[in-house]
Amino acid sequence: MARITAGVGSSHVPLLGVAVDQGKSGDAYFGPIFAGYEWTRAWEAEQKPDVVVLVYNDHASAFDANIIPTFAIGCGERYKPADEGWGPRPVPDVEGHADLAWHIAQSLILDDFDMTIINEMDVDHGLTVPLSMMFGQPDKWPVKVIPLAVNVVTYPVPSGNRCWALGEAIRRAVASFPDDLNVQVWGTGGMSHQLQGPRAGLLNREWDNRFMDLLVGDSQEARAIPHIEYLRETGSEGIEMVMWLIMRGALGRETRCLHRHYHIPCSNTAIGHLVLEPVE
Amino acid sequence: MSGHRDIHEYLAEFDDIPGTRVYTAARARKGYHLNQFAMSLMKAENRERWKADERAYLDQWPLTEEQKQAVLARDYNRMLDLGGNIYFLSKIFSTDGIPFAEACSTMTDMTFPEYREMMMNGGRSPEGNRSIKGGY
Repeated sequence: MARITAGVGSSHVPLLGVAVDQGKSGDAYFGPIFAGYEWTRAWEAEQKPDVVVLVYNDHASAFDANIIPTFAIGCGERYKPADEGWGPRPVPDVEGHADLAWHIAQSLILDDFDMTIINEMDVDHGLTVPLSMMFGQPDKWPVKVIPLAVNVVTYPVPSGNRCWALGEAIRRAVASFPDDLNVQVWGTGGMSHQLQGPRAGLLNREWDNRFMDLLVGDSQEARAIPHIEYLRETGSEGIEMVMWLIMRGALGRETRCLHRHYHIPCSNTAIGHLVLEPVE
Repeated sequence: MSGHRDIHEYLAEFDDIPGTRVYTAARARKGYHLNQFAMSLMKAENRERWKADERAYLDQWPLTEEQKQAVLARDYNRMLDLGGNIYFLSKIFSTDGIPFAEACSTMTDMTFPEYREMMMNGGRSPEGNRSIKGGY
């Protein structure tokens, strides 16, 4: 049977992709950020997951203002890196796992989650930057990816509780897939950042770290954090952290922390990174 | 579980955050064409047409004159007020070749070097920036 073996949380700042693509990941500015991912790169190379369910948000790349799915799951065979206004990133195409993706989509719908199904789309930095952070610059990504896009732009975005519950439903869905697959769930985005208005540049080290604390162990507290708290404490774009709760929900009752990293700043954003495993 | 059942209460709280325009449905409706115009700049051929004559390109979109003026002036706070969302508007400054952080700095009362220095020093503190009414 397929099983969820670990969860990864990570920021997906586009500038990190630029740093990788331009060979700057070791310089004075980016070095400390990338150093915090070295442990994970070695760990991923050992773990060799078959599939990653990659929770991210599309930044006006695949979706425009016209259609706004709250939760959308990619069920296609492959996805190309999106042109976000300066040409697509020079990274490999992303290979999907259509069998497992369709299985999860069907299971979630039966489980009361009304998913939007996507067959074709391009994937932007929200999805490809975490792959670069965890796998570097291979000719081919060493894992198949099921993109799970969440609306965290147009309000109301889904509640933290709903995200956590979706993670729980993904765990049930994966457990009922007959093939023997090692599956990870990644929650990306965040941490504190605000990209707009006179308050742009807001960062909150203390709140971000408390949020990461809440994802370790058996606390359920994070699922009740209201949107207004993310907005006040972590900036208008800090709300992306609800996507980490899908990852956390998918790990079951209790988690153990394998690795943790936090760094300020990367461009406008606080970088957070967490590797968790379920405690059975 | 996560609080609100009443959409009016939920939305009202958003107006209490200093220096922030939360991208609500009301803003999304107002800015629909503004955001779709910005999205159109993801295509290389559209970027060329836009660069050749910004005003003529804008005139092909059903934007208000106010929205057009805000775009031409690269007044991002104004664009946010008129329904723009920063992820869509980012296509405009990407086309201008301006980094995200520099575009952010134009919405604050700082120059880009001052903004960059603030970020290097840990960013803008949430202290006093959480609530207008509460002042905390």
